[in-house]
Amino acid sequence: MSEPLLVVRALTKRFGGLVATDGVDLDVAEAETLAIIGPNGAGKTTLIGQLSGDLVPDAGTIRFAGQDVTALAAPARSQRGLARSFQITSVFREFTALDNVALAVQAHAGHSFRFWTPARAEQALREPALAALEQVGLGPRADVVAGTLAHGEQRQLEIAMALATRPRLLLLDEPVAGMGADESQRMVRLLRSLRGRHTIVLVEHDMDVVFALADRISVMVNGRVIASGAPEAIRANAEVRRAYLGEEILA
Amino acid sequence: MRSRARTLTVAAGLLALGLVPAAAALANEPFYLDLFRRIMIFAIAAVSLDLILGFGGMVSFGHAAYLGIGAYAVAIPAFYGIHSGLVQWPLAIALSALAALAIGAVSLRTSGMSFIMITLAFAQMLYYLGISINAWGADDGMRLARRSQFGGVLDLTNAYVFYYVVFGLLVAILALGHRLVHARFGMVIRAAKSNEPRMRAIGFSPFRYKLTAFVIAGAVGGLAGALLTNQTEYLTPSYMHWTRSGDIMVMVILGGMGTLYGPVLGAVAFMLLEDILSAWTVHWQVVLGPMLVLVVLYARRGLYGLLPGGAARDV
Amino acid sequence: MNWLLVVEQCLNGLQFGVMLFLMAAGLTLVFGIMNLVNLAHGSLYMVGAYLATAALSWTSSFLAAAVFALAGTLLVGMLVEVIALRTLYERDHLDQVLATFGLILFFNEAVAIVWGRAALFTTVPRALAGHVELLPGIRYPAYRAVIILVGLAVALLLYVLVNHTRLGMLIRAGASNRTMVAALGVNIRLLYTVVFGFGAALAALGGLMAGPIYTVLPGMGEEILIQVFVVIVIGGIGSIRGALAGAVIVGMVDTLGRAFLKPMLSTVIGPSAADNAGPALASMLIYILMAAVLAFRPQGLFPAVRG
Repeated sequence: MSEPLLVVRALTKRFGGLVATDGVDLDVAEAETLAIIGPNGAGKTTLIGQLSGDLVPDAGTIRFAGQDVTALAAPARSQRGLARSFQITSVFREFTALDNVALAVQAHAGHSFRFWTPARAEQALREPALAALEQVGLGPRADVVAGTLAHGEQRQLEIAMALATRPRLLLLDEPVAGMGADESQRMVRLLRSLRGRHTIVLVEHDMDVVFALADRISVMVNGRVIASGAPEAIRANAEVRRAYLGEEILA
Repeated sequence: MRSRARTLTVAAGLLALGLVPAAAALANEPFYLDLFRRIMIFAIAAVSLDLILGFGGMVSFGHAAYLGIGAYAVAIPAFYGIHSGLVQWPLAIALSALAALAIGAVSLRTSGMSFIMITLAFAQMLYYLGISINAWGADDGMRLARRSQFGGVLDLTNAYVFYYVVFGLLVAILALGHRLVHARFGMVIRAAKSNEPRMRAIGFSPFRYKLTAFVIAGAVGGLAGALLTNQTEYLTPSYMHWTRSGDIMVMVILGGMGTLYGPVLGAVAFMLLEDILSAWTVHWQVVLGPMLVLVVLYARRGLYGLLPGGAARDV
Repeated sequence: MNWLLVVEQCLNGLQFGVMLFLMAAGLTLVFGIMNLVNLAHGSLYMVGAYLATAALSWTSSFLAAAVFALAGTLLVGMLVEVIALRTLYERDHLDQVLATFGLILFFNEAVAIVWGRAALFTTVPRALAGHVELLPGIRYPAYRAVIILVGLAVALLLYVLVNHTRLGMLIRAGASNRTMVAALGVNIRLLYTVVFGFGAALAALGGLMAGPIYTVLPGMGEEILIQVFVVIVIGGIGSIRGALAGAVIVGMVDTLGRAFLKPMLSTVIGPSAADNAGPALASMLIYILMAAVLAFRPQGLFPAVRG
């Protein structure tokens, strides 16, 4: 199909008098990495929420893999191959890292109306889970309780859980939020290794990360996309500079 | 990750329960056989509530309704001459499951405060229904014509046989419960309690699993009700009164919620406490009330957490 | 169809609804603003009824008894809030349910210790013992008419308070977004205490008015409390408007159902069948209504808008 993997048209979301997303259009081609940037309050989180299925848009459409998914809730979108990570880390804190990822595998391995066989003994769940953990670099930490993992490790765990669902598109909400320099670099290396194999839509504030990963960048201000294009073009765009007036990050 | 200490503790506890009839006979105190049989019946009810409350995080304040339904499913047929346990007990389980399905389907669309209030309201509705039916004793209740009969194979009028039937059912339910909470189904329920938005993000629709757990809990509650009316040889709508739901919930919390075995301990502790306190004063609840407040505020892990192996993280 | 009877039952429905509203208003605010599941709210109603009954037997003045009941219950309520409830605000709902359940057990038994388990009887104050002629030919017990008036006055008072005062603005803001209100530097502790006090006073008012017409006995609070839950679920948590709408609806449905369902059924399925089915179905009506509302609008009819 020549249609881009993700097509968003005229997406609008209002909260009372505030228009958080104002007629947003986006195209994301398969295997592309699109970064969405913008000042605080630009509506990026609301956009992610509508793409993941957690927020219902007031207007507009979202097409994924050639089908209209606007009315689908989050679980259904995940089943279609749309995975997300959260801005504020959200894992199963009482379970081990392995359990966390195994649950993600389980969600896509048939139904869960099984009452007798221990889930932890199911190789069909353990092996893909361990593989995903290895891929993000958490292999040795598989049996650690998620709530006791370091902040950066928890964010790696989120990526592992997303990968375990064998997604076509990864929706990453500020993957390096709250990470120190070393952890950020590790995460960037990990995400670079995923480029090309997965389609990625990435919301980020850290410009180094954005320029290291993005094939294209879209800039959001006050709920609208004001510019979209290759990283260098965005860097040079006058309107974008104005939006970030006072900040040195694009210099 | 199961600890050997825990396995031994559980085994010791169950063994102790199994030996109660012998101890009661030796001490020539048949009262204790009766008491512990009653305790085990409520332990079954508490374990079933733990599935949805402790593991599933669903604060259902209407669990006694299922005991009531189970009791009615035995006593009403008995009233009309149907005494076979093979008819009554499956009926008790089926009717409670059905009620749980109906109530759960409506209630589980809400959460938090609403869920608590709604489950309480539906349970009370069934209580009022029971009171208003004059044919079956209305609010005075009625005697059970005869204990459930099992064609001569099991004689429930024999105190020892009945004791071991209840004991056997408790052990079976614990064993099945143990498998269930570690199987795929159990993991979904427990993870949904831990972080429901996360569940949805990875592709689960928790509602159908929560509803199933709710139905299972209701069905086992119905079985407990069938046993209860056999135990007391009486049927009264007060089995469904909301304070009964509160009592069962206390047993779960006191014993240790989300541990499966804790509620058994909780049932033992609660009912022994009730027995001791009520011998002391008829107004024992004025003591129990504040005690409960204190336990909730300061000792939430429950008694099970104090036992060897009980504090380990996983069931 | 006896129209006088219908009118009388409608008024009874309104009177019951108004009692439910008094309880529901306080409870829904506590739910909405403090996120506290307070099962012991019914106990305050009961304490109000008992204190009024006791004071009446000492002073024979209904007014004095009412003041005593209000003050006494407010005091009890404040004590409970400071001693037990304050620690519960940050706890999860399960803890709140269990702790307030413990409080119920305590209050029910305490009341039984002082006054025994048998029902207490008070008479309607002499000044209100007669009937009022509302319209030519329509006579209604004066006492019940006064209850309706008091209830509607409270509703009006609350409307003015919530919509036209600063306190009301804080209440509406708190119901809509609790964290934001705290972040704005409002003295949350004081706000909570005031809101709780309101609720306690309203419950006490309901209780003291209930004495002469309902049975006063241990556990009376929980009977009405569960119906108040239905009111709040139907009306929407945190919303006074919802509490009023829900209360009137529940009051009417319950009263009219109990009065007319059996006679209506007996024309369809025969009197002896209706004898059992009628009261049984009537007692279930408000819960069926609640289930219906939940099926179509789980957030209630007038939910407080959440920010």
